[in-house]
Amino acid sequence: MNAVVDTNVASASLPMTKALNAGLRRAMFDDPKVLLMGEDIGPLGGVFRVTEGLIAEFGDKRVLDTPLAESGIIGTAIGLAMRGFRPVCEIQFDGFVFPGFDQITSQLARMRNRHEGGLIMPVVIRIPYGGHIGSIEHHQESPEAYFAHTPGLRVVSPSNPHDAYWMMQEAIKSDDPVIFFEPKSRYWPKGEVRFEQSGTPLHASRVVRAGTDVTVVGHGAMVSVLLQAAELAAIEGISLEVIDLRSISPIDYGPILNSVQKTGHLVVTQEAPGFVSVGSEIAATVAERAFYTLEAPVLRVSGFDTPFPPAAVETHFLPSPDRVLEAVDRALAY
Amino acid sequence: MSATRNDATVPMTAAPTSAAFGLDGAETCVRMISPNGAFEPNAAAEEFLPYLDRLTEADHRRFYRDMVVVRKFDSEAANLQRQGQLALWVPSHGQEAAQVGSAYATRPQDHVFPSYREHVVGMIRGLDLVDILRMLRGVTLGGWVPEEHGNFHLYTLVLASQTLHSTGYAMGMQLDGSTATGNPQTDQAVIVYYGDGASSQGDANEALVFAASYQTPQVFFLQNNHWAISVPVARQSRTPLYLRAGGFGMPGTQIDGNDVLASFAVTTKSMDDARAGYGPSLIEALTYRVGAHTTADDPTKYRDPDELAYWVARDPIVRFRTYLQGRGIEQEFLDAVDEEAADFAADTRKRALEITGPEQSVIFDNVYAEPHPLVAEQKAWLERYEASFDEGKN
Ligand SMILES: Cc1ncc(C[n+]2csc(CCOP(=O)(O)OP(=O)(O)O)c2C)c(N)n1
Ligand SMILES: [Mg+2]
Repeated sequence: MNAVVDTNVASASLPMTKALNAGLRRAMFDDPKVLLMGEDIGPLGGVFRVTEGLIAEFGDKRVLDTPLAESGIIGTAIGLAMRGFRPVCEIQFDGFVFPGFDQITSQLARMRNRHEGGLIMPVVIRIPYGGHIGSIEHHQESPEAYFAHTPGLRVVSPSNPHDAYWMMQEAIKSDDPVIFFEPKSRYWPKGEVRFEQSGTPLHASRVVRAGTDVTVVGHGAMVSVLLQAAELAAIEGISLEVIDLRSISPIDYGPILNSVQKTGHLVVTQEAPGFVSVGSEIAATVAERAFYTLEAPVLRVSGFDTPFPPAAVETHFLPSPDRVLEAVDRALAY
Repeated sequence: MSATRNDATVPMTAAPTSAAFGLDGAETCVRMISPNGAFEPNAAAEEFLPYLDRLTEADHRRFYRDMVVVRKFDSEAANLQRQGQLALWVPSHGQEAAQVGSAYATRPQDHVFPSYREHVVGMIRGLDLVDILRMLRGVTLGGWVPEEHGNFHLYTLVLASQTLHSTGYAMGMQLDGSTATGNPQTDQAVIVYYGDGASSQGDANEALVFAASYQTPQVFFLQNNHWAISVPVARQSRTPLYLRAGGFGMPGTQIDGNDVLASFAVTTKSMDDARAGYGPSLIEALTYRVGAHTTADDPTKYRDPDELAYWVARDPIVRFRTYLQGRGIEQEFLDAVDEEAADFAADTRKRALEITGPEQSVIFDNVYAEPHPLVAEQKAWLERYEASFDEGKN
């Protein structure tokens, strides 16, 4: 199997795994200081095959199959960044980032600040995240709020292969640490990737479907759920404007506020538990900045405030198009 | 198999006491100078003796001078803290030999990752010790630019975090070809300092795993000062800490950390080996935290006065002075060092009191390298908010 994606064409239809692979490969070509680190990312290509073929192409000094220790991966990546490298670390699954949490929040996020601006910390941490894949405990979580809450980090999440390709390269170019949440359930559906240009900056949110009645916002895998909801709503004559957040920290409020000016209604959605979440933050900010244009309270559709449940009942836990529409109806009923 | 367990060694129900006594007989612990100041290398010291040939008379004087100066600095800093001029002070009293000897084993091109008690190591690497006081006075979270101060990296307050940074840094030296080229003048290595308490942290152990795996050019310098605040080292480990190195696949050596020559010789060999591409190693320096953990601590609540007396009798400075006197050093030199130390401490005090606070903008300025709308907005808001009080006055 030929792992290498040809990016010397105008566009290609790729699954997100391949788009990420192509983005990593481009970044490694562009800058010899870019290194990949992680568990099983060498000959296996990672458990999701995102790094497939890269060790063969770049060698084991650019693609480091590390010992099995997340704090070790992040902590040594910090040392490598101090030395001038740009490490991209793969965390195998969302639920396994926590052994490295201290190094991320107490060290990586603050290193530049502690050094009074004397160094940069261009480290990317890739985290496959989220549900819909029917897996066991610790394999379906959405821990993005922990990182968004941490000053010094940037947090992003692509929803489609095109964004994955470009956002990966931009995250690697960033001189700040970037936590890069990859929606596992969107790894395999194909989408068009345009290789000439991104079209959208790393930290910009974007309207992905225009509408007039209710604004719905989400990131990662939620975006496809929102697009399905918009299709269903259209049948009933309700027009949803769908916004792909793309960046969780910082949040680009421009498109959200513009949209709310038009619709007067906002529903924010996420797979993560809703308490003290990204959705809560957006709800609070939009209430502050668009109070007089809102015709209803901002509503949240989230995972429940419980551990991610056994996969057999995950469809009841994860926000579905119907749960989004239930909130849309409630918003419109005000 | 309970039959092989030796539960009598450390009764785990009661708090284990420090295994601090009986060190003098330890054959495995490298020692050059006896506690009475006589040059009496033990069997374990033999392979390290050639490294002492590198030391000139001036080096000996330098070792002594630095130990005396930093001890005086240390007590002056503690005074400053008691007078409310520092938020906290972290004394190094008792650990001067371990630190000075190991610091002189580094070369200019090396990188040093300290914990938070290695003041004299910083001084030897070219740091102005007042920069350390700036952090403890609360005007900065860091205090200096490592590359401009002998590659002495910032203090790290989350125990053992720096062990991983140092290992990553050493991996970087390998990847960019700055080590193991065969040129000892330019080949680089890393030394990282941590403590007996920190040795229990996951990060310290992960760093050893990564270092062994990638064969990093690196020395783990573990100062076993027998206490982690109020907890004795026996609670951290039932095996001598240097023996752990073998389990990770690297050499481990125990030294008498109150013997500056042992510290110099063993660390020199380890750093030379690291630069030459022989991989990482661990040194356990047996020493003692004579003072309190920090100025916020009260060691009388948990320490046996006999234990303290035992270690005070093995004071590293007294030991080295007796050794130098045996070599015929003139009293004028010793007196001049005392005078220099007093001047140094007085100068420290003066300049510590002159430290001024940063602008409020430091709250925001270096959180991100690239523009960040939320931080920018909050910075502008705070400026407007605070300016509004001035407007009110006019
Ligand atoms: C992760 C972490 N836990 C707890 C502390 C609080 N603390 C600071 S120093 C210390 C003891 C450290 O002992 P040791 O590693 O032996 O170093 P020493 O202070 O003796 O030099 C503790 C518990 C800390 N700084 N970091
Ligand atoms: Mg200790």
